[in-house]
Amino acid sequence: MLGEGILKGLAETAKNFAGSFVSAERLTTVQYPEERIAPIEATRDFPFLVYDGADWEAGLRCVACQICEKECPPKCIYIEKSTDKKPDFTGKPQFYPARFDIDISVCMSCQICVEVCPFEAIKMDTEFELSTEDRFAGLLFDRKQLAKPNEHYRKIHPAEAAAVDARLAAEKAKAGARAKAASDAAAAKAAARPAEGGD
Amino acid sequence: MKTVEEIKTAIEAAVPGAGVEIVLNPSVCGQQSLRLAPESALAVATFLRNDAEFRLDYLSNVTGIDWPDCLEAVYHLYSVALKQGPLVIRMRTVNRTDQVELPSLTPVWRSAEFQEREIFDLFGIVFTGHPDLRRILMWDGFKDHPMRRDYVEPDDFEYEPTAHDEVLKRAQEHRSRE
Amino acid sequence: MAVADNKTEKLEGWNRPPVMEPEGEGELLEVATGPHHPSTHGVFRMDVALDGERVIRLKPVFGYLHRNHEMLAEGMSYLGSMPFTDRLDYICSLTNNWAYALAVEKLTGQEVPERAEYLRVILGELTRFQNHASSIGFLIQEMGASGTPLMYAFREREKILDLFEALTGARMMVNYMRFGGCRVDASAAWLDAARKVVAGLPGFVDEMDRLLSTNEILMARTQGIGILRPELAVNAGVTGPMLRASGVNYDIRKVDGYGIYNRFNFRVPLGDHWDVYDRYMIRLLEMRESIKILEQALKDIPAGPVMDPKAKLRGFRPKPGEAYGRIEAPKGELGFYLISDGGPNPYRYRVRPPSLINLTVLEDMALGENVADVVLIFGSVDIVLGEVDR
Repeated sequence: MLGEGILKGLAETAKNFAGSFVSAERLTTVQYPEERIAPIEATRDFPFLVYDGADWEAGLRCVACQICEKECPPKCIYIEKSTDKKPDFTGKPQFYPARFDIDISVCMSCQICVEVCPFEAIKMDTEFELSTEDRFAGLLFDRKQLAKPNEHYRKIHPAEAAAVDARLAAEKAKAGARAKAASDAAAAKAAARPAEGGD
Repeated sequence: MKTVEEIKTAIEAAVPGAGVEIVLNPSVCGQQSLRLAPESALAVATFLRNDAEFRLDYLSNVTGIDWPDCLEAVYHLYSVALKQGPLVIRMRTVNRTDQVELPSLTPVWRSAEFQEREIFDLFGIVFTGHPDLRRILMWDGFKDHPMRRDYVEPDDFEYEPTAHDEVLKRAQEHRSRE
Repeated sequence: MAVADNKTEKLEGWNRPPVMEPEGEGELLEVATGPHHPSTHGVFRMDVALDGERVIRLKPVFGYLHRNHEMLAEGMSYLGSMPFTDRLDYICSLTNNWAYALAVEKLTGQEVPERAEYLRVILGELTRFQNHASSIGFLIQEMGASGTPLMYAFREREKILDLFEALTGARMMVNYMRFGGCRVDASAAWLDAARKVVAGLPGFVDEMDRLLSTNEILMARTQGIGILRPELAVNAGVTGPMLRASGVNYDIRKVDGYGIYNRFNFRVPLGDHWDVYDRYMIRLLEMRESIKILEQALKDIPAGPVMDPKAKLRGFRPKPGEAYGRIEAPKGELGFYLISDGGPNPYRYRVRPPSLINLTVLEDMALGENVADVVLIFGSVDIVLGEVDR
């Protein structure tokens, strides 16, 4: 019969149309921004800097090693190292970034900076509603805008943050054990010397 | 597929006077190549395509390379009929400035048509015998050849907040000129 | 021996498309189709010269999206080019990543662990599925179907993109493959979600089949249009579904057997009539074959690492040499030709773009057809401008 193929096709379309009233699978449109889809955990948008504790300047994990700056493919990160040092989470004095700019109009969310960072200092955020009227300075994020607490990281990427926290706690424990062993050895030597010196 | 030495012997037997030399490739993948003399390249290409043992009827990729002293065109050949390949053949120009002609292999394999136009556009190799040699990716009035290593980009900085190295130097020069 | 020049009889046939004689009187009407055009798959222009409605001459013009990706890669480390390969064929970023990783692994002789190979196959076939679904959807939209089959295809594509986002972090620009494996491992939960999605795919392909394949309007508009002879297809370097629709049995997954494709049981559909309808049908059948491969891979995937632990991420300097690695991307043969001089950046980085080379025969297929069919023929080539222009 002529037109049979068209009728078969129309039956499919009708099934989808009628089905969209009764089945959730056929009604796929989400009325954004009133409705939102639950975010997927691994999603990545733009980088942010992680800090531990309450003070973002003192707790910033970044030590300005500039590895992310070198590896960034579109070269959107700009770092200036500080001249003094501050203690990091294990207590060791480290440099910190005096300036850390990311131009998110250039950043392409490739997340290579996260992959190469040896200090778990830079991670990917999930914020994408970042439109602004100023297309130059409004899209250049500086150190203060980029610094976000570890609690924020735990909220957006729970599984990843748990693994990072475990890794950092293990490192801190190892550093602490090494420091304790070194101080015990020094105390033992100091205790032995006056005994020798007295002779 | 035969080794490059055997292919070289076969070519020299079929096309006498064809200047063919083997170019070794130190990588582990083992894709050796043959360098052809431009004068006999078209005859060698026809032989490789039509000979019953090779039947290299499919030209997969044409690449242009900018060496410090000359330009080069590299062709990757496969055989769809006999499911073999790749055979890599190369041709070098005499220099980079005024003697940059090479024979076009478009009369043998049509797939070279757009790719040789691209090499002409981006590197500057002039393919003689190409049916329609004009720029393909850049616009027709464009001067210069962008993929060459001595290509200087035009000065069109607008806003460079996170400039590094080369870009930083040129951005500072641009700003000082304004 | 006299050098054969292009005036010789037996070479002439491949060289140029046939010269069409106009039948009407007066001048030819020259229409620039594009670059701002809803049906040109991106910024692409076709300068057609028309005699009434018949196409006398067609010249493709592109370069509007030329970003000089090859020169960028010469200034960047090998790892840094990986996100840029996502942006070549931007619909199928995983297969672009795979082709580049394969080329670098060929250059250095790097081995890939088995679980990573299985993951690559799973993601590659999911990419192929969503590419063919979108391609069919766009082709039907260009025929005037106002997007209904396209939106059905996009509904399935959303499920696949959600899978990509859960694994790699991004829907399209994934940056997932590395030299020596994959970036992150897939959890058991992800594999279960993937199995669920794949279980729903055959129903979708059947739905598209019932909706479209016997539709009289589709058949009248696509059968006998845009015929590409197999000898011309091979000589012009056409690859992928376009070549197979012209009846040539050449699928790089079977010919080269790269990765672990030799372990999977799948067929290669071929076309009999070499027209636009065959290209549509080949893509539909290839979607079914992809489902077969996916089911096998998801069943057999072993446990293990996904990255060679000795592979270097930073400071990667392959030894001097060159390599050409190619895969069967959804659009055709995607190859990367790398020349290394021992430094951290490649000396020459070349992308062999399937879309550009498939366009070589656009003029031959469109000559003599009506101008309304030019858009259909162009849609059946299935190009992405990011790949054509790089």
